[in-house]
Amino acid sequence: MSNEVLADYDIAQCKADAFYDQYDRKGELQHQTHYCPGCGHGNISKMLASAIDDLGIQDRTILINPVGCSVFGYYYFDVGNVQAAHGRAPAVATAVKRSRPHSIVVSYQGDGDLSAIGSAEILHAANRGENITAIFVNNATYSMTGGQAGPTTLIGQRSTTTPNGRSAANEGYPLRVSELLSTLAAPVYIERVGLGNNKQIAQAARAIRRAVENQVRGLGFSLIEILSPCPTIWKMTPVEAQHWVRDVMERTYPLGVFCDRTKEVEPRNVDLPKPALSEIPALLEIADTVQLAGEIPGVPSVVDLHIRVAGFGGQGVLLLGEVLAEAGLNAGLEVSWLPSYGPEMRSGTSNCHVRLSHSPIDSPMVSSPNVLIAMNEPSLRKFSATVRPGGWILYNGDAVPQECLQNDIHSLALPFTHLADELGDSRITNMLMLGALLEITGVLPQAHVDSALSSLVKSARFLSLDRSALQQGRSLYRERQKAMLLAE
Amino acid sequence: MADAENRDRGQLRLSEDECKGCGLCVEACAFKVISLSEGLNHYGYRTAMYAGAGCSGCGICFLACPEPGAITVLRLRGTAAAHGRGRVISIPGAA
Ligand code: SF4
Ligand code: SF4
Ligand code: SF4
Repeated sequence: MSNEVLADYDIAQCKADAFYDQYDRKGELQHQTHYCPGCGHGNISKMLASAIDDLGIQDRTILINPVGCSVFGYYYFDVGNVQAAHGRAPAVATAVKRSRPHSIVVSYQGDGDLSAIGSAEILHAANRGENITAIFVNNATYSMTGGQAGPTTLIGQRSTTTPNGRSAANEGYPLRVSELLSTLAAPVYIERVGLGNNKQIAQAARAIRRAVENQVRGLGFSLIEILSPCPTIWKMTPVEAQHWVRDVMERTYPLGVFCDRTKEVEPRNVDLPKPALSEIPALLEIADTVQLAGEIPGVPSVVDLHIRVAGFGGQGVLLLGEVLAEAGLNAGLEVSWLPSYGPEMRSGTSNCHVRLSHSPIDSPMVSSPNVLIAMNEPSLRKFSATVRPGGWILYNGDAVPQECLQNDIHSLALPFTHLADELGDSRITNMLMLGALLEITGVLPQAHVDSALSSLVKSARFLSLDRSALQQGRSLYRERQKAMLLAE
Repeated sequence: MADAENRDRGQLRLSEDECKGCGLCVEACAFKVISLSEGLNHYGYRTAMYAGAGCSGCGICFLACPEPGAITVLRLRGTAAAHGRGRVISIPGAA
């Protein structure tokens, strides 16, 4: 074959651009797929890759890879890839599509993944009419794990878990996913194809392309079920497996289009205007309590509090944190509140993480606080070493032991519980300490704290006790400051 | 090789390194111009071989083959591109 002869030829079919040139797999086989010789997954991947090429969507396609023989799709497809937990690909695809409406999201699943553990996800994604493309590879067995019976296993088919063949009485009937989903109102296109001979293979390629194109056109949910040879588990040669698709599988799973609403449905507009961040409070009807962006009256322009509140169960540790977070929210700050319980409801340890910030919060975990509220000694001993240099410890006790006060840490130690008792109830210790914290940090106007308190505390008696405790806590800190100034 | 008037519509290129010897292309080709080699390749597969002439360029072997890059089908320029993915390959030294 000379070059002059070849020069007169164009490439009609070749490896799709949507595949990587080399596959970044372990070992030396970086130019071959991991599929067994004659496995239908290879054909289906090629059909999908050609569809991606033809439609010119490689740079906006996101493939959701399943658990099963086809788990390694991300080694081959040079597109965005997500690997979902077993059966969850349609749920992950939903999230990806909704958050990136211009992307083309293809969830690729085998029958073990889709029709067994993932039966709920595909059912609801189809029923919601998600604008995604579902590729469903049916080879009537759990292949990757060695050939157990699955929902799609044929009556009479032997597997490692149905050694005498599947019986309807024992394992139920083969699940006809395409027929089942076609009873729903939302899906736009559902077709079952096979890889049983040339004609079927050509039809499968057309169907897969069509299902992707439906999504590109914004039409809605499409699913293509492909009867696919698994020569290894079926214990057949690739050619025998191809025949088995046509001669045996097809009797249980007839080929054809089960649902086609592509002519009736209106393309969806993915460019629907999204509300600006500033409009969201009004949409949620919380506009009167939330102020977003810009200067917040009465709040410093830079707020970055990492607060750990710890004590024993029953001391109101969690409520203290909640009031703080709620007040921060009312003031228009970014907040998070993360409770962390001991196994015991009473007398166990209890602590919570609170963050208040003028900018978005990366993590609600507070592993190194700049304020520690320790409501008892064990909590002080447990967490004091985690406090950031220059941070604060508020301690419910007479004095913070010197060993707990490294790195320029400020402290306010008072017998808050005794003071609470004097005010009328030891259970308002938490609010005394919160009052002191508010005074020290100066981040929250009292009005926001009051409204947070009244939304969280229902008892009128406690509400008024808590209010006076907050004020008392503030003045306790002010008095201490005065005393220290005088002492200097 | 055939002269300009009498050329095959199609040409086939097979990658011995990517072929897994499943034989599906042999089964798929109506013109029976593909066969499996007698010898084994590096991985122990008998790989697909083109007879060297007689390919119609129909492209069905490409679809029947599970490996992404084992088969490349070429088609004589100017003939109808049945599968529509015609791209000119640049061949070093070719006119
Ligand atoms: S076990 Fe079956 S489905 Fe899995 S790769 Fe091998 S042939 Fe394909
Ligand atoms: S392109 Fe068609 S004729 Fe040529 S080898 Fe492939 S199947 Fe045979
Ligand atoms: S179908 Fe592909 S992998 Fe199988 S023998 Fe032919 S070229 Fe090789």
